[in-house]
Amino acid sequence: MKPEFRTCPDSGLVFHRPAENLIKANAIAATIFLAVGGLLGLLVALTRWPAVQLLDAAHFYTVLTGHGVVLLLVWILFFEMALLYFCSAVLLRSRLATPRMGWLAFGLMLVGASITAVAILQGGSSVMMTSYVPMPAAPHFYLGLILFAVGALIGTFIFFGTLVIARDERTYEGSIPLVTFGALTAAIIAVFTIACGAIILIPTFLWSIGYISEIDALMYRLIWWGMGHSSQQINVAAHVAVWYAIAAIVFGARPMSEKVSRGAFFLYILFISIASAHHLLGDPGLSTEWKIFNTSYAMYLAVLASLVHGLTVPGSIEVAQREKGHNKGLFEWLRKAPWGNPVFSGMFLSLVGFGFIGGISGVVMGAEQINFLIHNTIYVPGHFHGTVALGTTLAFMALSLWLVPILFRRELIWPKLAMWQPWLFGIGTALQAFFMMGAGTLGVSRRHWDMAFAGSAFEWAYPGMAYTMMALNGISAIMAVAGGAAFVIVIVGTIFFGKRKGAIEYSATRPEMLRGPAASLSGHGNIGLGAKGFPAPGTFVLAMFLLLVFVVYYFVNYGYLASVWKFS
Amino acid sequence: MTAIHPPSHKVWWKQPVDRVEVVWIGIALVWCLIMFFFMPFWHVFGDQNYSGEAYRVTPERFNEKVNELVEQYTVRYETDRQIPVVRPPAGSDIYLLARLWDWYPILELEKGQTYRLHVSSVDWQHGLSIQPININFQVLPGYEMVLNITPTEVGEYAVVCNEYCGILHHAMLSKLYVVESDRNGEPQS
Repeated sequence: MKPEFRTCPDSGLVFHRPAENLIKANAIAATIFLAVGGLLGLLVALTRWPAVQLLDAAHFYTVLTGHGVVLLLVWILFFEMALLYFCSAVLLRSRLATPRMGWLAFGLMLVGASITAVAILQGGSSVMMTSYVPMPAAPHFYLGLILFAVGALIGTFIFFGTLVIARDERTYEGSIPLVTFGALTAAIIAVFTIACGAIILIPTFLWSIGYISEIDALMYRLIWWGMGHSSQQINVAAHVAVWYAIAAIVFGARPMSEKVSRGAFFLYILFISIASAHHLLGDPGLSTEWKIFNTSYAMYLAVLASLVHGLTVPGSIEVAQREKGHNKGLFEWLRKAPWGNPVFSGMFLSLVGFGFIGGISGVVMGAEQINFLIHNTIYVPGHFHGTVALGTTLAFMALSLWLVPILFRRELIWPKLAMWQPWLFGIGTALQAFFMMGAGTLGVSRRHWDMAFAGSAFEWAYPGMAYTMMALNGISAIMAVAGGAAFVIVIVGTIFFGKRKGAIEYSATRPEMLRGPAASLSGHGNIGLGAKGFPAPGTFVLAMFLLLVFVVYYFVNYGYLASVWKFS
Repeated sequence: MTAIHPPSHKVWWKQPVDRVEVVWIGIALVWCLIMFFFMPFWHVFGDQNYSGEAYRVTPERFNEKVNELVEQYTVRYETDRQIPVVRPPAGSDIYLLARLWDWYPILELEKGQTYRLHVSSVDWQHGLSIQPININFQVLPGYEMVLNITPTEVGEYAVVCNEYCGILHHAMLSKLYVVESDRNGEPQS
């Protein structure tokens, strides 16, 4: 047998060489696209800052299309491929299934992303990430996306294959770890997502080259959002898995209850696939019953899942901290957390930001009638910068700051810069989300070059506060991009210039079977905390605070809605 | 030991759950159900809903209906491009057409009266956004959306396109006037 496995002396993780190489390749591609997408984002924000308005209209729409495609699809999916390989081959101490197909997947994704990028740069495909028909893009815009999706699908099946191999070759004992279970959730949603993408993008490609005469606008939106939103649900499942992983890595935290956490992931699989509905609440042609049932993910059962993770992730950290003796009062466990460690601070900012900003705003604007106040305003990008940038991207950054030194066996360069990175990026994106949501509440449109309507036959002025908010958004974007740049510099610098941590040696022997801890070590019965089975009282108080904000904000919006014109 | 290891209990689904989790799941589920039932509740008791009324329509047919409205009820023209302002009778069917890159025609409505507003696009997708009250709908080619609207305040409103529709999207702006209904004869300007 070839020497293909190494055990990391620092982390104890076992790397299968082909898996390791694929993780490196996908993570590096992800980082490069993150850098590109972030710079495009800066141009967008500086153009929407009314006093600056950096780009002209044509360039603005081109750059905005690129920003959306590169960050919402390309960066995220490359990283998720790395994550899937990590959660299967590495966490399960298994060999990776069909590494050559992994390189095919990587190549297809790279070629596909490049083709679409070229189409966008050529200027004839400034159709936004959503490419709503009948606005046409160049055929290779769709073709590149299709190739990219095929690559991602292959990668997803390699993940499934690796799970089968690990089980078959008995590389682990009992059930797969919770983090792998979360990755499995993400992968299952990914299959549904990519299927939706294929069902709509292939006919649209054929339409663009003239083989199909018409694509119905509503059907396009319905199925496209089966991809467009579900792909963000892959992110949710993936970044929740990353939260659990970081809680385990930094604190040695155990899941409070395997049953509850896995059950919550399972709710994602069952109900999140109806995600296209809340994008269509202001559309003609769909029944009220359909809208209500689907926008709520069947009675908000997927939202319930996120609320559960919102308790159990910090709850498991609280229990671990209290077991270490940080047991005073409600919040000593949080005060004594390692705030200077970017792996933790990034994860925790991601958790809090996703809950309070991305989560609450998303559910509130997804309520059928409130959506009329929000639809297509810049509130929407405000919301999803709270979920995708602050939630997913920051969680992935935090994991990378831990994983890259282990993968490359090098020390992180510039630890001070790394320490500040999550704060710069996290606070910058949080402020951006906040200001965009504010401007959207005042009516400012998303995807709009000039809020002063230059060149129109009419005049209309938004309130001065809306202009101020868009300027503040620009300033916040500079901060966020500085944080993103710090991440890219630290990661790239570490890969090339980090101090080596000793030779990398591979062994021909199979690693030992992965075992869970002794059963006596789990359960929280005996740490002498708050009575009546409340081992994480601080987290419970924080969760109740989130719920309070949620409820108040929900009814404030319905209250405002009640004051506008009547319509039925 | 942790979330990156297999569960310590092989039969993990039989492990008891901490009370803090049970209580939280209960509270969260109640809130989820409240949010779910609030949407149909608002359909019954709220005044801001969309019934879902919509029809298939061709651009040609919708154009005809809009032109009929313009021929019958135009009261004046605005701007250098002579865009008609129509003042249809209270309670009637009114039409608003979205196209690259304007809204047609300009509507003048009476406060407190309910109109059946038909909206469609004759080319790409657009977004109907009425400012500053900030209510927003998607406008799709091939679909005629019918909204029963009742303006509640007199004033001059902006009709903004808020779905990206190409290079002059940002210039796609129009007006909508709401006037008092108890006037005699000629509409106010």
